[in-house]
Amino acid sequence: MAHTIRVRAIANGDTVQVQSLIQHPMDSGFVKDSAGKLIPPHYIEVVTFAAGNKTVFTAFWGPAVSKDPYLKFSFKGAKKGDTLTISWVDNKGMHDSTTAPIM
Amino acid sequence: MRRVIAAVAALAMLALTGAAPAPATAGKSNPAADLKAFQDYFKTSFPKVPFDDFVNGPYAVNKGMRAQWEQIMQFPPYDFELADGKKLFETKFANGKSYGDCFPDKGIGIAQTYPHFDAKTGQVVTLVDAINACRVTNGEAKLDVSKGPMAEIAAYMVSTSHGKRFDVTIPDDPRALAAYEAGKQFFYSRRGQLNFSCASCHVQSAGKRLRGDIIAPALGLVAAFPIYRDAWGNIGTLGRRFVECNAQVRAVAFKPDSTIYHDLEYFLTYMDNGLPVTGPGTRP
Repeated sequence: MAHTIRVRAIANGDTVQVQSLIQHPMDSGFVKDSAGKLIPPHYIEVVTFAAGNKTVFTAFWGPAVSKDPYLKFSFKGAKKGDTLTISWVDNKGMHDSTTAPIM
Repeated sequence: MRRVIAAVAALAMLALTGAAPAPATAGKSNPAADLKAFQDYFKTSFPKVPFDDFVNGPYAVNKGMRAQWEQIMQFPPYDFELADGKKLFETKFANGKSYGDCFPDKGIGIAQTYPHFDAKTGQVVTLVDAINACRVTNGEAKLDVSKGPMAEIAAYMVSTSHGKRFDVTIPDDPRALAAYEAGKQFFYSRRGQLNFSCASCHVQSAGKRLRGDIIAPALGLVAAFPIYRDAWGNIGTLGRRFVECNAQVRAVAFKPDSTIYHDLEYFLTYMDNGLPVTGPGTRP
């Protein structure tokens, strides 16, 4: 289900700029619902971006990251037409991944 | 002396109201004339804003907000909900029919004609109403009219009308005109502890600051609904925003699907006639 990830990677000269949006509740575990019960923690722990077989970006996230996180970074060493693979794993073991061509 | 003060006060009131698009003089209502006065007022107040840009609300009148918004729109925050809306819209009901069967053109590219006046029932029908009516005809339960699946389905239907221009008609029917007049009266009537009318902010103070926010001009105000509002963190309908607006002036809000809000939506959307449909939108 590549439904939770939106990504756009654009090559400009020798750098590639990546922007991504991931749909995730990112519950910190400290928030109560309308009934006054704690919402259990549910957040992304690892996000990985790989160009080809090489990992270019890894983020270790925690409960302080916002809902539906947005991420932007640049890297060198890939060119237009390469494939970027994005994946995340959360603290409940749920995961998702998708691929996008570098434009 | 007191009489003089009263007279001066009355004059001052006149001068104040004179600056705003004056509600039509008593007597027969004339929506077409109101429309022209309303749109001309904003065209003169914001001569640098292209007409079609009014649909972008605060972003049309403030550079800084526009720059931020353009960044946000790289990944529209309503994107996921819009995709869900498309899925819901295409999902069949238990009886095998789907939303498309309730609408002309299978429900695609028709949102610009809502709200419309139903001559049979004598009621104003908004898109949200029509979606719920469709569910009821097909034996499904009604949806919450403010948020969730309803907002998502409406967002998808509106998105298929992108670029089409609002074409709300007010037939020459006393009931339709009464609904229009009721909406107009609501728009210009002060209410709540703060004693603000919709027009106090969206006409008289359009483009100015309200604390950290920029007030959207009334022209184009409803063109981007349903909206993803940062304060909500999800997508919501116009009814939901009306409730919030009324609460913000410390008035007792009506139900999001109350007749008076339908009338208000009828009035406001009619005032947007000629502007392109841009929903779903995003607002702070």
